[in-house]
Amino acid sequence: MADTGFLPKENLPALLEALSKKFAVFAPVLDGEVVLFKRFAPGATLCLTRPANLPPKGIIFPQSETLFNFNFKKDPEDPKKTSLELKENLDFVPTIIFGSRPCDAQGFRIYDRVYLETDTADPYYKGRREKTTIITLACNAPSPGCFCTSVGRGPAESDGSDLMMTELGKGYFFEPMTEKGKEIFKDSLFEDGSAYKEQAQKAHERVSALVKKPFAILEGTPEKLLSLFENSQFWEGETAKCISCGACTYLCPTCYCFNITDEQVGNSGERIRSWDACMFFHFTLEASSHNPRQNKHQRLKNRVGHKFSYYPKKYQGVIACCGCGRCIRYCPMSVDISEIVAHAQGA
Amino acid sequence: MFIEKLKEAVRKILPEVDVVIGYRQGFDPLHATPYFLDKPEQVDQLIWNPLCVQNLCSYIPFLKGKVGVIVKGCDSRAIVQYMQEKLITRENIKVIGVPCLRVISVKKVMAAINQQTVQEVTFEGDNIIVKIPEGPKTIPSADVAPRKCATCQLATPLQYDVLAGEAIQSNKPQDTFEETKEFEKLSLEERRAYWEKEFDRCIRCYACRNACPMCICQDKCIAESRDPHWTSQRANVTEKAMFHMIHGLHLAGRCISCEECERVCPMDIPVAKIKKKISMDLKELFGYEAGMNPDDTPPMYTFKVEEATIEEHEI
Repeated sequence: MADTGFLPKENLPALLEALSKKFAVFAPVLDGEVVLFKRFAPGATLCLTRPANLPPKGIIFPQSETLFNFNFKKDPEDPKKTSLELKENLDFVPTIIFGSRPCDAQGFRIYDRVYLETDTADPYYKGRREKTTIITLACNAPSPGCFCTSVGRGPAESDGSDLMMTELGKGYFFEPMTEKGKEIFKDSLFEDGSAYKEQAQKAHERVSALVKKPFAILEGTPEKLLSLFENSQFWEGETAKCISCGACTYLCPTCYCFNITDEQVGNSGERIRSWDACMFFHFTLEASSHNPRQNKHQRLKNRVGHKFSYYPKKYQGVIACCGCGRCIRYCPMSVDISEIVAHAQGA
Repeated sequence: MFIEKLKEAVRKILPEVDVVIGYRQGFDPLHATPYFLDKPEQVDQLIWNPLCVQNLCSYIPFLKGKVGVIVKGCDSRAIVQYMQEKLITRENIKVIGVPCLRVISVKKVMAAINQQTVQEVTFEGDNIIVKIPEGPKTIPSADVAPRKCATCQLATPLQYDVLAGEAIQSNKPQDTFEETKEFEKLSLEERRAYWEKEFDRCIRCYACRNACPMCICQDKCIAESRDPHWTSQRANVTEKAMFHMIHGLHLAGRCISCEECERVCPMDIPVAKIKKKISMDLKELFGYEAGMNPDDTPPMYTFKVEEATIEEHEI
């Protein structure tokens, strides 16, 4: 079998239908003016012309999930005695994320270091991550606000993806990156792609050159941001227009913070894990009612700092921002994280 | 040039206040962004065009000291409503009014150009010309204006200390709530299905709440509170609908129809429709419009044994 493949555009639905027989396939679908990853069904309006509004992060790290159910049982002989029943929720199905963008796929690499590559891996994240195959579409044009090449990535970066695809005129060029990707690639619908490899490479270079470059280098940025930590004047100035909502965080393919709450009715209930955002006042509100991040400038400082300083300091210099630009594109007030970083570099 | 008049007004106000809030160019030619300035040399960065959409009044209740703010007619209702609810000390606010006949919805422009990257934007007469990779595209401004502009009666702000330019009259018809009335003709099941589909996209980012000039609870919102426990953190449509309904009802008689909630939604949910319905009911029931007269009392802030326009139920 060839190392690479080619699939005419008209065969794409057939591929997805074939994959749907073995996997839960999620693909970017048009819903009004919004592109969302949804469970693929024949006849769905696929949208591959621009990145989804919401990255596919929720497929592996759901917005809200039940970690386990609990039930307090009273002993009928002695009502003072109660026992606790727990039901874990660890059934995960083989899944495909089809049509993610390179930035979306790399988001999971940012999560991996936190949730997998530790001595206490997160069983929920691990369960879904291991069963998910990611098929990524290289970008053929930059999107408003995106800047992936400035954070050491690119519109055809394959890190985090199992199978890469590139749109070339009448079809897609496919290149498997991992064993999981090779499994998918075995499908007989693919033609030999070797004739298209060079063309794909050229397309990648062309798009890469078009991506906005808000800053030339990142070297020294983590240290610089740390040195500005106490400079509230700088942060107040940069964040004056921020309204402290969670749009940037929830649309971000690399934001992975969560909250845990119990929902109980009577003697039984469930423990829920849900997305949380450091932009919210409640995120750091302590039981004593003290809040170390009382003001919005402290919260946005954390968001910038986490991505461009604290995370790279902890994980061998890896920037926890893929430059997808969603936080810029969809910010109600057009706050621009790349501009804040550039200002910090020059401060 | 109008922008020169605006800059002159800001220069005049600047020594009297701690900060002026205006607009400057954002990350691309289609996006304006709020600009907080306190130095004369910053004034030249100010811009003014129909893409200056944000309601800058929303910041005021949370700022200390004296604040200058650039205000359009629609936004000026927030100032009036703040005065009614005693959320601002009017003397501390210097309102720089700007006459405005229409703004432009960034979302609608993006839809019209199939979400491509914008290289340049110019305005010619009643058109916006957007340059995208395949060339310039001319779009009539009225086609990409937010729906509030179609019935705007406030071309000149209700409140201002300085007006940049001349006062102008609105050239739009009164709002007759046609869209709301049409929607109400749908059956309960149809309306429910509509909202379930729309709310399903909600990611509970609370941009609608935080951008709302009248959502003043902010950090104490029931959406996140555990006590009282009105909502859970489950991401299902019931919880999302609950939040949006509470948001709407808390704005009954207070919503100034700036539609910031809908403008900022990253999931394109038409949340202003809910507020519009409530505004329509308030107008019918109490003959009241929020944010029009500083001496008014919002109907939900007061009690009359007999309301002039509500018939008593037979007991």
